[in-house]
Parts: sequence; C-alpha cells; structure tokens
Amino acid sequence: MATHKLPVSASKKITPREASTVTAVEMGARQREISVSEFFTKNRHLLGFDNPRKALLTCVKEAVDNALDACEEAGILPEVTVQLEVVAIGSSAVLPASQATRFRVTVVDNGPGIVRQQIPKIFAKLLYGSKFHRLRMSRGQQGIGISAAGMYGQLTTGKPVKIISRIGPKAAAHYFEVQIDTKKNEPLVHENKQIEWSQPRGTQVAIEVEGRYQKGRASVDEYLDQTSIANPHVRLMYRTPEGETKEYPRAYHELPPSPKEIKPHPYGIEFGMFLKMLQDAKSQTLSSFLSSDFCRVTPALADEMCKTAKISPKAKPRDIRGAIAESLYHTIQATKIMAPPTNCLSPIGEKAILSGLYRQIKGEFYTAVSRPPSVYRGNPFIIEAGLAFGQAPGSAAKSEKPAQPLAEGEKEEGESELARVIRYANRVPLLYQQSACAIFKAVLATTWRNYGISQSCGALPAGPMVIFVHIASVWVPFTSESKEAIAEYDEIHKEITLALRECGRRLGLFLRRRERAASEYRRRNIFELYIEEVVEACNRLKGGKLPTEKLKAQLQKIASSRTGGIKTDETLGKTGAGPEGLPHSIIVTAEGVDGETPLAVGVSDTEPIEENPAPSKPARKETAKARPAKKKSSSQRPAGAVRKGRKARLTGKKK
Amino acid sequence: MAKTKITKNGTVEKKLIGLADLVITAAQRAKDPTMAIPIRALSNVTFNERKGLLEMGEKKQARSFFNVGMAKKFMQTILVADALSELQRAELTTSLREIYYRTKHTIQDSHENTFDTQDESDPIIEDLEVSLVALREELHVRAENGGSVVGPLVLGDDGDRVDCAKLGKGGYSVPSIVEPEYVEIRRCTADFVLLVEKGTQWNRLSEDKFWRRYNCVLLTGNGQPPRGVRRLARRLHEEYRLPVYVLVDNDPWGYYIYSVVKQGSINLAFESQRMAIPKAKFIGLSSADPERYELPRNVGIKLNEKDIARAKELLNYQWFQKPAWQAEIKRMLASGLKYELDALANKDFQYLTKKYLPRKLKEKDWLD
Repeated sequence: MATHKLPVSASKKITPREASTVTAVEMGARQREISVSEFFTKNRHLLGFDNPRKALLTCVKEAVDNALDACEEAGILPEVTVQLEVVAIGSSAVLPASQATRFRVTVVDNGPGIVRQQIPKIFAKLLYGSKFHRLRMSRGQQGIGISAAGMYGQLTTGKPVKIISRIGPKAAAHYFEVQIDTKKNEPLVHENKQIEWSQPRGTQVAIEVEGRYQKGRASVDEYLDQTSIANPHVRLMYRTPEGETKEYPRAYHELPPSPKEIKPHPYGIEFGMFLKMLQDAKSQTLSSFLSSDFCRVTPALADEMCKTAKISPKAKPRDIRGAIAESLYHTIQATKIMAPPTNCLSPIGEKAILSGLYRQIKGEFYTAVSRPPSVYRGNPFIIEAGLAFGQAPGSAAKSEKPAQPLAEGEKEEGESELARVIRYANRVPLLYQQSACAIFKAVLATTWRNYGISQSCGALPAGPMVIFVHIASVWVPFTSESKEAIAEYDEIHKEITLALRECGRRLGLFLRRRERAASEYRRRNIFELYIEEVVEACNRLKGGKLPTEKLKAQLQKIASSRTGGIKTDETLGKTGAGPEGLPHSIIVTAEGVDGETPLAVGVSDTEPIEENPAPSKPARKETAKARPAKKKSSSQRPAGAVRKGRKARLTGKKK
Repeated sequence: MAKTKITKNGTVEKKLIGLADLVITAAQRAKDPTMAIPIRALSNVTFNERKGLLEMGEKKQARSFFNVGMAKKFMQTILVADALSELQRAELTTSLREIYYRTKHTIQDSHENTFDTQDESDPIIEDLEVSLVALREELHVRAENGGSVVGPLVLGDDGDRVDCAKLGKGGYSVPSIVEPEYVEIRRCTADFVLLVEKGTQWNRLSEDKFWRRYNCVLLTGNGQPPRGVRRLARRLHEEYRLPVYVLVDNDPWGYYIYSVVKQGSINLAFESQRMAIPKAKFIGLSSADPERYELPRNVGIKLNEKDIARAKELLNYQWFQKPAWQAEIKRMLASGLKYELDALANKDFQYLTKKYLPRKLKEKDWLD
C-alpha cells in the first residue's frame, strides 16, 4: 500500500509544475476570439432561457414583440396569433400539455413582412437588427431576441427556425428554414422556397423548443393577458397547448402615434462614446458636428461651447483627441441644453390604459395617469400608471358562496390579499425579477395608507388591487440583457412615485366617497336587520302574543324617518358614484359603469371591421344580472343617461 | 321559602318583560326606543363613609335603538333579556358563557352574528343587572364555583347537610349563589372568618388544621373572590356576627381585593349593599411585615410599572384615605418591593400557620 501511495503523491506534485511550464507561445495558440453566439450559448440565462418554463415564455415574448414592432412601424393595426403545440419526442406518444417537454411556438402577424434577403440574418444572426443604432422607442432594442430564441431551439431540439413571410398580396410568400452557425454567428439556410400562403401579408415564425407549460405567475398566458392590457389596439389570438382558443379583441382602434427617431442628447453620451463619434463624424467642422449629430444643439450653441472649451469651431472633429476632447466633453456636460424632444416616445395614453384594464380586470374602480416626459441620462422617458381596484360588483364567486356564519375568532376572507403589480417597458410586460425592479420598489415606497389602503411595513399594499406601471423610453435601462427589471435611476423613481401618488389620490377619493355612501346605506341596513331581531325577541318576551307585523312596520317607519329615507337614497346616488373630479377614471357599480369606458365601447360600434367583443360582453351582462338583487334598496340612478350622453358625444367626435 | 322564590322570579320576569313593553310603547308613539342604563365606572361611584361602602350614583346613559352606534347593543340587550326571561320561566340557572351561546346566531339575510365573542354579552348582563336592579342570582346567572370553605360550619344545600368540618382538607366548593333560598346556614360555631386570597395558602392552613386550632372558618376565592364567597362571608358576618379577616399578598392587587371585600367593587357598586363587609380587617401581608417578621429582602419582588401606577391610583381612592392606609401603601412604594404570601415559606413551610397568623391574631395587628 505504502509503495503504491508514493508514486501517486509524486505525480500530484508534478501536475502543477506541468501546468506552469506552458509557455506564452503555447497559451497564445489557445487564445482565440469568442463569437457572440458561442458566448450566449453558454450563457443563455442572460437572455432569459434559464429554465424550460421561462424559455418557452421568452420565445413567445420575443416573437410577439417583433411582430408588434413591425406592425406598428408600418402603421398597421396588429393582429397576432400565438400558437403553442406539444411536439412528440421521437416515436413516443404526444404528452398532455402539463407534462410535455417539447413545444412548437408559432407566431403569425399581419405586419409588413420581411424582404427575402434579410430573413436569414434576422432570424439566425445574433445582434442583427434595425433597432440598436437608433434612438426610437420600440419593444426590441438589441437585435438579440428572436435569433436567440432560434438558437435556443436549435440547441435543445436541433430543429431549424421555420419562417414564412410575404411583403404584399402581389409578392410571393417565402418559406425559409434557417439555423445559426454558432462559431461564426452567421445564418445557415437549410430550405428556401416560394410557397402558397393564405395571408396576403405578414410573417410567420415557428420555433421548436424544449420548454414547460405551466399556468399561473409568469406564464405565457399571463404574458399575453398583460400584453393585451397595455396594447389594447392589438387583436390577439392565442391557441393554448391544451387546444383552447383565447381571443383578446381590439379594445382601442387607433394605432399609437408612431414614435420619431431622435439623435442622442449630449447629456446621455459617455466620454468614450463621444470620442468614437468624433472619429466617425462626417461633418467637416466641430461646430457642425455638434449641431448635426446631437439633438437640441443649435449651431449657435455649438459655437458657444467651442468657445468656452477654447477650441476653434472650425477644427476638424477627427483632430480632437486626448485632453482637448476631454475638456470639450466636460464643457458640453456643463452647458445648459434643452431637454431632448419627446416625440420619440409613444405613451399608451390614459384612455387606452383604462380600456385595457377595464377589459382584462374585473373591478370597481379604474384610473390611469400619464406623466409628462422626463429625462434620465439624456434619454427621454414617460411614466404611466394605472390602477384597478376591487371586486366586480356582484361578482359570481362572492354572491354564490353560501352565507356561512362566522365562528368566534374567524374573519372574513380576502383581508390579507396583496396588490398585484404589473410592469411594462415600452408596452412589453415584465414578468421576472419583480423585486429588483425600480417600479416595484417605487410601489413599496409609496405610502398607500394615505389613500385608505392598508400596507404593512416594507410590503405591498393590501387589497384587491392591480397596479399598472409603464415606462416608455427610447432606451429603457434594464438591469440585464434578458430585460426583466428596470434599473433604478433617481429620475425614473421620482416619476413613478409621482404617477403612483396621483393614482393613489384618486383611489383614496373614490374609497372615501364609497365609504360615505356605504355608511349611509349601512345605517339603514343595520336598523332593518336589527328590527327583525328586536321584534322577535320582544314577541318571545311577551309570550308570543305580539302583533309582530304591526310592530315591525312601526319601527321601520321610525327608522326611515330617522335616517332620511328617500332623501338618503338620493344622496346615495349622488355621492356613491360618478367620476366627477376624478379624471381618467372608471367607476363600476351594481347599477352600471360610469366614466370613460363607454368611450372604447362607443368607438367599437362605429368600427366597420368585423369584431367580436364577446369576452367583454358577458362580463357586463353578469353585473346586469346581479342588479335586481340590490336594486330594490337603491334608487334609479341616471347612470344610463350619463353613459348614453357620453357615447353620443364621443361617436360624434369620431365622425 | 319556596313561595318567596316564586314571587321574586315573578318580579324579575316582569322587569324583563318591561323592556319589551318599552319597545312597543315607543313604537306606538313613533319614538326612538331608549333605555337608561346606570354607568358602571369610577365616575358614577361614591364612597359612603358613614356606611363604609361604595354606592352607585345616579348617572345614567341612554341606549337608543335608532342610533348607529348603539343599535347593535340595543338589539343585544333585548336578546339577552329574552334569554334571561326564558331562564326565569324554566326555573334554571346558567353561566355567562351559556347565555352567550344561547343568544348567538346569524342575523337573517346577512353574515352578521348577533354576538361575536363573550366579551360582548357579559357587559350586557351586567347592564341588565344594574338597570333592572336585579342581582345576578335573581337573574339565575351563576359564576363558576370559584372558592372553597372549611371550618366549623354546617350548611344545607339542596336538602343535603354539608358539615364543613368533615370535608377533609378539600373543603366545600362554594356555589356562586349562596342566597338563603339556595344555601342555608344551619350552624356555625366559629369565632371569626379568615378569607385568604390564594388557594395555595388556604390549602396550607386547611392541611395544618389551622381552623380547628383557632376555631375559624377558612375561605378562599382563588384570587379576586367571586360573588358566592363574598356573599357567604357577608352572611356569616351578618348572621353570626363573626369578624372577617382578609389575608392577601402584599401588592396593590392584594389591597384592592381587600377593598372589594370591604366596600364593594366599582363595576358592581350597586351590589355592595349585599356583598360588602365594611368591618372587614386587613390582616396581612402588610408592607410593615417584612421588617417585623424578618423576611429577607431577596424574597421580595421588584414592583413593576403597572404595580406602581396601580398603587398610586389606590392612594387617590376615597376609601384608602385613612392615614394608616396611606402609610401602608407609601411604605410599599418606598421599599419598591412586593411580597407574596408564599414568601413566608422561606422561613419555614409552616411559618404561616405556626408563627405568622398566631402572632398577628395575638397582637391584633391588622388594618381597618
């Protein structure tokens, strides 16, 4: 044994020495370039492919983002179909969706299509695209997304990405099967032919990936739900792997205004970037370089800056280097320059947020706030916030529950429910890394207690509430490439906070009004409830010989004279509803809807395109059904009239 | 005796039915049904120095039906009245908790319970006691059997002869209702009554047959003595002219227990007439005892903030204004310590029986 041990330990001693004997030349031979594709193959978690469930979502997300970006840029109202299918592995039988590990993701849009030559590069080359080099608000930013999804598919299933695209009814539809050469980061075309396609225009992408389908938080379903809230102008069809078809009809019939492309703002440029721009400048003089390559720099301002930095405005940009460049850079940063233009942003808009929330979330109160544009690091951005609160009046789940008396120490359910935060960046829902996100932190930091909502220290506000926050920017500062959380810039945090506070104020106002109305109502209700008890008890005390009906009637008469009777009803009608003083809000009561939703509904009536607003209608019918139950105690509010008036006005406007 | 019982029940039942009449007449006149309930708080209690007991004042609060804040209480009051009258008719006695369960139900067409916890129904029973001027016993509501008695005392309970001298060291468990129609005192040869705060000390005395040696009735209420114990002591004091001595811990709570036995409680001041024993004496543990009986300082317990606050409250009570009492309480505050009766065991297990009490009785060392 001992003799055996010796050589082993001897060899162990040698190993490090062997390693250390590698020469620089030998090391040099091993050093070589790493392609982006190779890098991301190994680091796929950076792009959102960390686990099969998330990977499936990321694939859907990238494809849908691209489809929407393309449609909007081309000025087309988007119609997108998402289909998830279970794929059998080898010869084994097709598994149910919840157990399957392989899926085919197919996304079809009615967008402008892609010209034939570009198809392979767009789908099978990382960091290739139109969005990276310009400052314009779009969902995609880096040109990684869809090709990364294709690469992930290739890696896990070995299958190529299949694309059909057609740029117009007169053009032919092209079918491609492409893969990525990960060493070179170049596309490999497997198949390329013209085919017949039923759609006159658009693009279809199909990727086969390893994934896991599971509903609930951060699922494909949730992503599509939330997409439809922030994009009410999109008509979305979703075929689930279980074979159902969900339809999200269009709730808002105007395309968001197309954002303009802007030049970088001097405040948003770092020194290294500035040097590079100087080298690449096409202008002959420094002054014209400054005024043409940056926004908000006029020739006069450019001259002034050169003067302050003690450089000739006529100098060639290429000659400016080293210390001079640095002093120029600092001068620019110190000069007062107008904030960048904001027409590069396309906020969703208060009305569209309202209609999105109203359609997707059942509640009693909705509100939306769009902040004026603001700037972080030279990048303009806009914060929008929305809020949906409460359970829909007479929502089926609650009223059908048998009235079970509570035992000692029991409490009503629903008290501990926390608010849900839904986050968006450039209209794309963010589903992961909630707690790392500036939006989430701002929600926590807001004092919701001021608005009548309970909130324990360091937690989300409690209550049946959905908080919606959207940041629109030419460059959204994500914390990572997988675009899951927004970095916390002070300017951004401040804007989010301001938007949330405004929402909170309106909610607080609504809650107080409702509380006031409810307490009036309760006052009467209490007496009505207790009269029954008191009369019965008196009857028993009197040995059951009491004319109970007469006593009840007498007491009820006193009750109604004490509480103001019919008058109370009127005040109830007045104080209990109506969004007066609450801009951009919707209030849903058992009697109907008040506020701005009729807007969306009204417009949809005039829309010639065949639409099927089925999913939203039954919801309203439900509330209508629940009505008679409460109606007897409350008056005939003129809600209908208000609503009709609004509708008429709006449709008129539209024409 | 049986006859008086029935008539009494009759009057209580009439009073309860009166509440229903109140509702009916108010309804007929289109008035808000309102009952007046005497306030049970220090503000409505006066100390009658001549009689030496607490008396309830005249202050009353209105409880109206058509007032959002009171509607529920009004409804609950009527419900409890109904339950109490049911007891009267059925000639049953019951506990506070059973009243709570009897009156608890969900109000029709709602999720609301008539009562959510017993804390809501207990005060209402007390409200009815004071506003109908009926004792709890008369309402047929009993508390738990909270105390024990042993000594040369013969009682008649439901026709059974109970000789408290022949009940071993466990004694007789004092029922909550000891009115003559329920418990009859057939014979008592004791010289005095000793009311002990703690069950453990009562056990010590009973085990050592202290009562036989000193010919006394030993009573305990296990803390704040319940009505039965107080009433029994009062009857022995009244009917057999026995002096009553109270033995409690040396802390503000012990002082208060003594004062409840002597003058009555603030909450139920109206019952002092029947419960209080103005001539009761405080035999110990006095704040002077540690020194006198050489109890080491380390068996004391530091007074906490609550103790100190309570002691200061007691100093202000009208019935603690006697100089001896002011000195007693101030002495405790000055020492910063309280002592439990149990601490006497530090000297000897039987120190209480063999040394402490004999010396106290011999020296007549008590406070009035």
